[in-house]
Amino acid sequence: MLVAGAADAQAVKPAAAPVTIHYIERRIERPTPLNNEDPIPEDEGLRGAELGIKDSNATGRFVGLSFTLKPTVVEPGADIRAAFAEVAKDGPPRFVVVNAPADDVIALADSEEGRETVFLNVGATDTRLRDGDCRARLLHVIPSRDMLADALMQLLVFKRWTRLLLVSGPNPADGLYAEALRRSAKKFGAKIVAETSFDARGADLRDSALREFALVTRGPEHDVVAVADEAGEFGTNLVYNTASPRPVVGTQGLTPAAWGRAVEAWAAAQLQQRFKKLAGRTMLPVDWAGWMAVHAVGEAAVQLKSGDPAAIKDLMLSPKFEVGGFKGRSLSFRPWNGQLRQPLYLLWPGAVVAAAPIEGFLHRRTELDTLGLDQPESACKAMGG
Amino acid sequence: MLRLTTVSLLAFGALAVPALAHEIYVTNERDNSVSVIDTTTYEVTRTFPVGRRPRGIVFSKNGQHLYVCASDSDAVQVIDPATGKLLHDLPSGEDPEQFSLAPDGRTLFIANENNATTTVVDAETRKVLAQIDVGIEPEGMAVSPDGKTAVTTSETTNMVHWIDTKTLQAIDATQVEQRPRHAEFSKDGTRLWVSSEIGGTVAVIDVASRKVIETIRFEIKGISGDRIQPVGISLTDDGRYAFVALGPSDRVAVIDAKTLKVISYILVGRRVWHTVLTPEQDRLLTTNGVSGDVTVIDVGSLKAIKSIKVGRFPWGAAVRPATSAGANKSAGAAE
Repeated sequence: MLVAGAADAQAVKPAAAPVTIHYIERRIERPTPLNNEDPIPEDEGLRGAELGIKDSNATGRFVGLSFTLKPTVVEPGADIRAAFAEVAKDGPPRFVVVNAPADDVIALADSEEGRETVFLNVGATDTRLRDGDCRARLLHVIPSRDMLADALMQLLVFKRWTRLLLVSGPNPADGLYAEALRRSAKKFGAKIVAETSFDARGADLRDSALREFALVTRGPEHDVVAVADEAGEFGTNLVYNTASPRPVVGTQGLTPAAWGRAVEAWAAAQLQQRFKKLAGRTMLPVDWAGWMAVHAVGEAAVQLKSGDPAAIKDLMLSPKFEVGGFKGRSLSFRPWNGQLRQPLYLLWPGAVVAAAPIEGFLHRRTELDTLGLDQPESACKAMGG
Repeated sequence: MLRLTTVSLLAFGALAVPALAHEIYVTNERDNSVSVIDTTTYEVTRTFPVGRRPRGIVFSKNGQHLYVCASDSDAVQVIDPATGKLLHDLPSGEDPEQFSLAPDGRTLFIANENNATTTVVDAETRKVLAQIDVGIEPEGMAVSPDGKTAVTTSETTNMVHWIDTKTLQAIDATQVEQRPRHAEFSKDGTRLWVSSEIGGTVAVIDVASRKVIETIRFEIKGISGDRIQPVGISLTDDGRYAFVALGPSDRVAVIDAKTLKVISYILVGRRVWHTVLTPEQDRLLTTNGVSGDVTVIDVGSLKAIKSIKVGRFPWGAAVRPATSAGANKSAGAAE
């Protein structure tokens, strides 16, 4: 704590060296939006991390701590390991926020330069990174696909909309999203009554949606049409174009997400405003994860009143570490696979429909553990939790 | 709430001595209005419009001026309580949320939630005396009874910032648990009580050393721990009780202010934000944000005796004593 009687809180000298947090991103080429939506911004994630640094410095100055961000962006096709080795030339990076696909995340976590590093995954939702492909010192701030699916399924079960007709896109990510929905339906006692796939390539949806989707979504009695289309190639056009008058849920329509424009409770409105002031745009889930990752490092340092990376690492990896995230509860990392426990939102573009865990879904440890892989379900051994 | 109403008939029937007609003013965050409750009948006697998203509320020492933090109007409004008419605005800084009036009766300390500052305003000259940098999202504000120290709590930085009221500089910070929302000095000024909404605790701080001497935890059967979210605090002048509003657990905790042990939990309306004591300290009123009502608690029996419907999202409350020169108690703003 500060020396009582110090003339001014700002007079406290920052520790000799600031805590350096790296941000490494693999740029992704994305398809052109179909319906003139705002494209996914180039700086998604990075701006969140920047706000995290700003917030951490605002707090850190009261205990003599400061933080800096060193961003590295790797182009599609470039070697992310080489880029990381370059970064590590200035000394082994201790805290690295990673916004990249799962294979990149594993490559970095396995690299020689990263043997002392705490990696914070903010971009890859792949469940396997929290399962058999987990790594020690690899924490996941972004929720996995199975957490997202569980959040959605809890709402559907709560509303007794338990019969799903599933439409999947052709991409590998769509397959993984569909798989998460299947697993979750089983977990919560919902039923996928029929499955079909749809490939938007070669069709002009602006002309064909009205007729084509009516055919695609014809099937046995169902309560909702679930869609797995992560890249947004057709899902938005499926809404209101189904054969039966049924809500669309999943990657479009009613979507489960870590964050969204309509989130405002628990002082989220303040975080949203700070982000908008900094970035000039809405805070997206990966932005929130970037902010949250940096904030977690900052909060661990402030709790310790120390910038010592080893001590910060130990606290972050210990089960007793708790941190706020504007979600109305204390958040913490699951010791068995490094996933951040967190409430998730069920959103449509206009509003937050509900926050999961939905009331009534109980867990002996914390209700937050009803979302995603529980300890007995996860094949992760590397965390030692 | 039906149950409470039935009990209230009995309790009020037993009231032999007519109480003095104080008034309790409640800010309705979503209605942009203030409801006025009469303490002889415990009914709403009138409601008047104020600025957008009113939260903190406090009276001037003589009870002639009502100050309201209209957060979304970026103003502290000065209102004639008799008519409900806006007299003028005070410069408040951006997004004022809670404030506190110093014992000198004219210096207002205002927490500006959106820009990490505390604004100090002279309510008489209407001039800003200082803007002090504090942690992120300052919320709770209190001034010590001797007027020498002001404190603000920052919700994201998780600290209590100590401000020297003479130099108007932040001189120290004390770390508390997550999301500190409200601060309240004991009447003798030796202790500061601070609620941590997400931490789920109340810190009792020794003012001389600025160190936490006790962290009070809460446990309610059948209510999950993360619904216990302490916000408003009221302390009785005799040093006997502390009342802590526990948010979405829909309860007020009663704490023995000497042993710092929880004595009981009183069921009130939904999402209880703040509390305020009547001048006689025989009743405690709570603002219940989600159910849109105010619960009246009998301090003698520690029982809820009535609920009063007010506007949408009632948040802060302040008392205007019958003899307005008297004490000035409020919630959502410590005196």
